Amino acid sequence: MPHISLPDHLPGITGLLEFSQNTAAPIRELTQILLRGDNSLTQGERELIATVVSHNNECRFCTSAHTAAADLLLGESETCEMVKYDLDNAPVSDKMKALLTIAKMVQKSGKSVSPEAITNAKAQGATDIEIHDTVLIAALFCLYNRYVDGLASVTPDDSSFYQYLGERIVNHGYTRLPQGYDHLKNS
Amino acid sequence: MAYIKLPDNAAGMRGLMAFRPHLAPHLGAFTEGILCIEDGLTKAEREIIGTLVSKLNDCQLCEGVHGAVAACYLDDNEVLIEQIKEDYKKAPISDKLKALLNIATSVQKGGKYVSESQIQRARDLGATDIEIHDTVIIAATFCFFNRYLDGLGIDPIQDSEIFRQRGRMIAKGLGYAPKK
Repeated sequence: MPHISLPDHLPGITGLLEFSQNTAAPIRELTQILLRGDNSLTQGERELIATVVSHNNECRFCTSAHTAAADLLLGESETCEMVKYDLDNAPVSDKMKALLTIAKMVQKSGKSVSPEAITNAKAQGATDIEIHDTVLIAALFCLYNRYVDGLASVTPDDSSFYQYLGERIVNHGYTRLPQGYDHLKNS
Repeated sequence: MAYIKLPDNAAGMRGLMAFRPHLAPHLGAFTEGILCIEDGLTKAEREIIGTLVSKLNDCQLCEGVHGAVAACYLDDNEVLIEQIKEDYKKAPISDKLKALLNIATSVQKGGKYVSESQIQRARDLGATDIEIHDTVIIAATFCFFNRYLDGLGIDPIQDSEIFRQRGRMIAKGLGYAPKK
């Protein structure tokens, strides 16, 4: 049960964002620009960063939702699975491995990011903007993961829920649905 | 030295805001929305939560700036801020704020560290749903900003007078949103 009173029909992050719509609006916008805006990292690559951080924070809700989104964007599920459990052998570029390594360091703490990891990412062709955005996305999910689990928001067990959510964040994105979420009551 | 090439003459968050200016208004608006409101928690209490989490995350910049903002809201009582950072359980603050800081220190470790009994303790001392919510999102947000700054190797600021100046600017009305 959540630590505070949240709408029953909105598990995970959505109920929290509806509970506090004033704080939600700018962070939704930030997330939309970071994960969906123009970027030399693909949307799928950015979802991999979100997933690996959520996975290492053991946030089951965010991990499941962003795994579903990454799988939809990449058109297969092996890459995301490998990135979570065996990054060294995952079928991603050396540049992405270097950036995901930085993201995993950010998950631990800001100070954990080593100059060697940055040097390696640059050697693999990562630009300053790509390094910046990797750190920012990883840090942002350290926020979301703590927000969801720190208030014990509901984490559904049903995998079809995450499939639906993955489709929503791929097809609509991270901004509030224009019609709100009342249509999800009793569904 | 920062891990990426940032604009000159822009220390701390300012350099990052200038590096990706299209993100800055949203970062600023989000920060203002959780720190610059007096609804339930006071502005000072919000800054105290941020300061303590930043100290626990060993983020010198955020600890310095937000400690200075908090002191500014409290008639420049820098001694109190030091006491809270040193051992908030012994500091002369309300039991309710101590209970909320206790929740914040768990959020700093990870969301799952927040226990039912910590929440109950805060409730017993009068904390509302909104205050508990705001405590968690503020603590989580500092886990975000601390990582953003330190993860990019942003240089610390050694001169505490600069923190005082920034603290005054933020507390006396400038807030966090980039100004036109």
